[in-house]
Order: sequence, then structure tokens, then C-alpha cells
Amino acid sequence: MVYFAKWKIAIVVAVCLLGVAFAAPNLLDRNTTENLPGWLPNQQISLGLDLRGGSHLLLEVEAQTVINERLESIVDSIRQTLRSERIRYTGLGIRDSQVSVQIKKPDQVQQAYDLLRKIDTGTETINENGKISITMTEEAVLKAKRSAVEQSIEIVRRRIDETGTKEPNIQRQGDDRILIQLPGIDNPEDVKRLLGKTAKMTFHLVNHTVTPEDILAGRIPPGTIALPDAENENTKIAVRRKVEVSGDMLIDSQPTFQDAQPVVSFTFNALGGKKFGQVTSKNVNRRLAIVLDGKVISAPNIQGPILGGSGIITGRFSVQEANDLSLLLRAGALPAPLVILEERTVGPGLGADSIEAGKVASVIGLLGVIIFMVASYGRFGIYADIALMFNIILIGAALSVLQATLTLPGIAGIVLTIGMAVDANVLIFERIREETRNGLGPIAAIDSGYKRAIKTIVDANVTTLIAAVLLYQFGSGPVRGFAVTLAIGILTSMFTAIMLTRLQVVVWLRRTKPKTLEL
Amino acid sequence: MRRLHMIPTGTKIDFIGKKIAFFAFSFCLIIASIGIFGTNGLNYGIDFKGGIMMEVRSNSGPADVGALRTQLSKLGLGEISIQEFGEPEEVLIRIQRQDGDEKAQQAAVEAVKSELHDTVEYRRTEFVGPKVSEELFMDGVMAVALAIGAILVYIWFRFEWQFGMGAVVALIHDVISTIGIFALLGMEFNLSTVAAVLTIAGYSINDTVVVYDRVRENLRKYKKMDLPELLNMSVNETLSRTVMTSVTTLVALLALYILGGEVIRGFSFAMIWGIVIGTYSSVCLAVPILTYFVLRRSDDEDEEDSEIEKVEGEGAV
Repeated sequence: MVYFAKWKIAIVVAVCLLGVAFAAPNLLDRNTTENLPGWLPNQQISLGLDLRGGSHLLLEVEAQTVINERLESIVDSIRQTLRSERIRYTGLGIRDSQVSVQIKKPDQVQQAYDLLRKIDTGTETINENGKISITMTEEAVLKAKRSAVEQSIEIVRRRIDETGTKEPNIQRQGDDRILIQLPGIDNPEDVKRLLGKTAKMTFHLVNHTVTPEDILAGRIPPGTIALPDAENENTKIAVRRKVEVSGDMLIDSQPTFQDAQPVVSFTFNALGGKKFGQVTSKNVNRRLAIVLDGKVISAPNIQGPILGGSGIITGRFSVQEANDLSLLLRAGALPAPLVILEERTVGPGLGADSIEAGKVASVIGLLGVIIFMVASYGRFGIYADIALMFNIILIGAALSVLQATLTLPGIAGIVLTIGMAVDANVLIFERIREETRNGLGPIAAIDSGYKRAIKTIVDANVTTLIAAVLLYQFGSGPVRGFAVTLAIGILTSMFTAIMLTRLQVVVWLRRTKPKTLEL
Repeated sequence: MRRLHMIPTGTKIDFIGKKIAFFAFSFCLIIASIGIFGTNGLNYGIDFKGGIMMEVRSNSGPADVGALRTQLSKLGLGEISIQEFGEPEEVLIRIQRQDGDEKAQQAAVEAVKSELHDTVEYRRTEFVGPKVSEELFMDGVMAVALAIGAILVYIWFRFEWQFGMGAVVALIHDVISTIGIFALLGMEFNLSTVAAVLTIAGYSINDTVVVYDRVRENLRKYKKMDLPELLNMSVNETLSRTVMTSVTTLVALLALYILGGEVIRGFSFAMIWGIVIGTYSSVCLAVPILTYFVLRRSDDEDEEDSEIEKVEGEGAV
């Protein structure tokens, strides 16, 4: 026991020094750490949103919409194909994610089956007595959903970047969820408004032959749909189903003013510009409807060919709406709508208060434990307290190096660790006292005290570690932060309580060679 | 220098002799906990129930809870609870989960914000939709169940199955009584409470393991000693440590409870309760339970049970 291998001493000292080095940047302010030479540790503990203030949003991509759209487009293709081949059919529709159609003439069934099989490669086509059913394969569904989620993340990132939010963290969670963390945003209504729109823009020609009375009576000819006016949802406008140009061909869009009214300008890419030019040339004096997310935002008369590939959208926008719309058009459309499942926003005031309260509680808790240990174990208590200080430094260093997030429950975890960290030392010291009472000399008592206590310490800590791991696995957000600091605290406290106090005790034993043990 | 001794050395408290009293007390505690849980239920936070929670600070002096209530109840958002939170300027607004899907929750948040507008500072806004709250609840239940299971397996592996049983009885006792006290006081039961319960589980087992370790050691040392006497000796020998550790942990937690701010108060309360009950259950339940088992007293250091001995142990229950 009194023998403490040189290399062990070296390791203990090295770990403590490294701990100090890696924890130190947390005492400096951020600007100073950024200007430190590269070889010095300069990472600080990253604070969770509950401490630094900010907004946490959990979104779900309604990926089923993508599947439904695809099924609908299959229906459209079937209708077109069968009509152009003059195959008579009935009962074309979607039921339970399955497209089915009944072919009327038995001799045309095989021909129809061969045609319909080719419509979508991700489908399975079954023919049952002339009733042809098409379902998307599981693989295709998964693939479509996955790509919808990936695309959504990209669009969400672009939209948030456009708002100028600093250091946003956008990541996928689970199969179809997106987790967004926005530090410093204490009122995420703007962001939520922007994410609440899919922003699919399309240009359609208005069907002039349909009168308002026809719309009211529901007499809508095939190939035409009645879409609500964005201004007044009760009014409907009949537009041709065919998309003349779509918003994904836009390369720029800006809010601007026309006649002191906020409007949105847009510019197409080469292909879009060409298409737009053709449509406007062929349809002078007809109305072109601009449709956003299924609503007509305006349907101006085409005055003449627009060949430059750019134009403006008027509509009774407020400045805010014009800004939003242009931003959405620049960032692109979401493949499917997003739903906000969970929001947790903490204002900067509360975050700062929590940090302050956490600091005060930690310091007071620490002082209480320190005094208590000295009062109970004297010199040995001081050793344990030194180990405790290093324990906290090591937790700080580990959090900085791992870039784990410190949350408010995380601070609670540290305070709890302060209380529990001395447990290992209490176990050892009590054991040494006992062995002394049993008549052992100082060295033998210390030796046996350590040896016997260590087994217990490991057993006791492993159980707490099990709880911490499960917390991490099942917890979310701040609770995970608690699990992380608890786990780190258990590991570092085992090191400091066993190795560091032991080193101090050994040094003291060697120097003074006491005849009796005052403990 | 005189040392502080929480527990005098060489105590000979007869814990085992009072086991019936302890069991009766704990039995009542558990029955009462289940009863209160059954009648009052738990005051679930929005994590598990879904809904909206907003912590706001009035910009114009102390908040008028009554006025806020009339102002918000006309929005027709269902049950709204408004309470002072820490300081007189601050209130916590809780709004029940809105009927309908996630969008309905979102709309309610917007309604409140447009109603209160700039009269308050929004210190915290949380809303949890029905989908997520269900998942969080299931995850919480899973985590507690798995933790108890994993700890049982570990104790079984390190000791013997009898010890595992004793430890788990103590553990379940702690968890149920913690839930009971939350039901009794109507304190909010949320994600951080589950974190506290899991930590209590870890801590309680920690205590139990320390005493059990000593029991095992003494079983090997004193082969002829009566089991109750041996258990008593083990508890008394480790009593000083048990109390010391509980006190240092409580010192730290009290600091957190008093100074750590309103947000963390429920968590610290649960922990403090858990430390007290966990210490009690380790000494007064986990150890006396062992008297109902026949424990192995072999000399070999190998901790794996041999099959024969296990069967013997079971036969003697």
C-alpha cells in the first residue's frame, strides 16, 4: 500500500493536470478562447437551450402525403393511358393506399395490364378477373418517405438560414422527425410560421368557360379544378389542372414594392423562363392563376408575352407576407407538410437565472460537503475535499472535451455527484477506522481499508451507472443532460476518490511515518 | 482535534428484532401510496399529458393572477391553471391539451400570445402534442422497469438471488412511495421526476449494496453466528457510513432545493425524499428480508453460485 508505483503516480498527476488544462477555457470568455493558439485546449462546455435560452422544436414530416400524391398521379396516368388507348374502364380510384380499376371488356384486360404495369416502377400490379390493382411496394414507400424527410430537412435548413438564425442545429430524429434547435430564439413564432407552409407554387390557366354559377353548382368539367381564393376562401376560381410552370424552376424571389404596395418579384431559370414565355405568348388576355399550397393568391390578366423569365406577384400582401413569401420561394417547397409535435422555448432571462441559481446551489452544496468532511475526518477529510475539487474539474473537462451539452438537470446531476462523490472516501475512511479499532497499525489499517472498500465501491457505483445509462437511452433533451453528467460524475469520482486521495495518503504516510492514526 | 461523529462507534441497535414494525410501516406506506395514487392520481405535467405550459413575467409589477385568469379563460381553451411561480411578477400558465391534433395545440399557443402580447416577458413556452406525450410516458415507464430489472440482474450476478430479491423489494418500495408522495402532495410529475426516480433507484441500491457487501463478508467470517445477529452486526458496522453518505448527499440536495430555482424544485424534492426513504429501506427492509432466506456461507472467493447450492437455497424458503 505504501508502495505506490511511480507510473501510477505519473498517471494520476497527468490526469489531474489534463483536467485542469481542459477545464480552464470555461473560466475565460469566449472571445479569449477563440484567440488562443491552436495547440491549447479551447473548447468550452456547450450549454443546453434551457440554460442559454432558445427554442427546441420537434417536427414530423407528414410523409404519407407524398405517398398519397404519388397514388393520385398514378390515377391520373391510368386515366390518360386508358383513354388514349380507348380501353373502357370503371371504378378507378384509391382505397386503402391501393389504386384499382375495372376493365370492362375482357379482351382488353391483358393489354391494359401490360400498360398499367409500366406506369410506376415502384409498384406491384395484380390482375383479378379484369380488376387491376396497383399498390406501391414496401420498398418504394420507404424510399419515397425517406427521401421526403431528407428533402424536408434540406428545405428547413435553407428556410432557417434565410432568417439569419445563428448556429441552428437541425437533425433527423427517428424515421420521419426533424429536431430543430435554435439558440437565442425566444419567440419562435416567425420560424414556426415559415415552417408551417409547404410553399408549393404553380401557375395554372384560368378556365374562362366555367361561370361562378357553375362553380357553385359543382359543374366542373374534367381537367379543371375549383381552388379557393387565398383572400377569401369562400370564393372559388376554376383553373385548369395542368401545371403550366411550377415554382421549383424559380431561382430567385425578392420582396419589393409596386405602386406603394408590397409585391413579390420572381425569376425563373432558363427552362422555366422559356415555358413561362410560351404560356404568356399563347394566352394573351387570358388569366393566369398563381397557386400557392392549393390556394389562388392572384390571377392576373396576361397583358402580353413575358419573355425575360421574371415577373411579379401581386396580391394584397402586407410587408411581412411579402417577405415571407419571397423567402419561401427562394428556399423551395417542402415535399410534405410539417407538423410541430413539441416545442420548448426558454427566454434568455430564465436561462441566465437558472445558470445563476445552479452556480449558487453548487457552491453552497460544495462548501457544505467540504466542511462536513473536514469536521468528520480531519486531515483525511481535507484529502477527500481536494479529490472532490479535482472531481468537479474533471467533470468540467470531460464535458468540454466530449462537447456534451450541459442542461439544468445536468447541473443538478453535478450537485448530486458532489454529495455522492465523497461516498467512496467515506466508505474507505470508515473501513480504516474499523480496522484501527480491530488493532491494526496505521499502515496495515489503511492498506486493508482501501483493499476491502474498493470492491464495495465498484458494486455500488455500477448500479448507479446502470440507472444513468437507461436514463440516457430513454430520456430526451434536458434529462439526457442529467444522465451524461451523472455518468461522467460517477466515473471521475471513482478515479479521484480512490486514486487521488490514496496518493495523498501515501505521500503523507511516507513523510511522517505516524505511529497512530488520527481518523 | 475532536471529530464529528454522526453515529457513535460500536452501536448495537437491534434492527432485525424490530423487523415486524418496519415491515408493517412499509406495508402501510405502500398501501397508502397505492390508495392515494388510485384516488388522487398523479398531477402529470405536460410531458406526459400533453398541453401547454408558459412561464411569464409581468412587465408591470406583480402579476394579477385573477385578471390573467379572466383574460385567458375567454379564449375558450378549456381548463387553464394559473399560479404564482417563485416571484410575485412571475406566473405559470398551464393549459390543458387541446382537442384535436398537434395543430390545435399550436393554435392555442398563438391565441395566448396574441392575447397577452407585450404585457409579459415569455420566460418559457412549452407545448407537447398528444403523440409525443404518449411516447414520453411509455419511455418513462420502460426506463423505470428496465432499471429495476437490470439492477436485479446485476445484484443477482454479484451476490446471490436472495440478495437480489431483497434489493428489489426495497427498490420497488422506494419507487412506489415516491409516486405516493407525489400523488399526496399533488406535485407535478414530469420527465425530470422520472429522472429523479431512476436516480433514487440507483442511490437506494447503492446503499443496499454496501450493507449487503458487509453481510456477505461476515457470512464468510463468522460461520457459526446466528443470522439475525450477523445481520444486525453488519448493519451496525456500516451504519456510520450509511448515515454519513446520506447526510453529505442531503446537504448538496438541500442547497439545490433551496437555491436551485423554481424549475428544478420538484426534482430536488423527489431526490431528497428518495434519499431518506432509500436509506431507510436499505437498512430496515433489504437486510431484515434476508432472515427469510437461507444464505450460503462458503469459503471460496468465487461468487458464482453452483447449481446445487441454489437449489438448496430455494428449497429452504
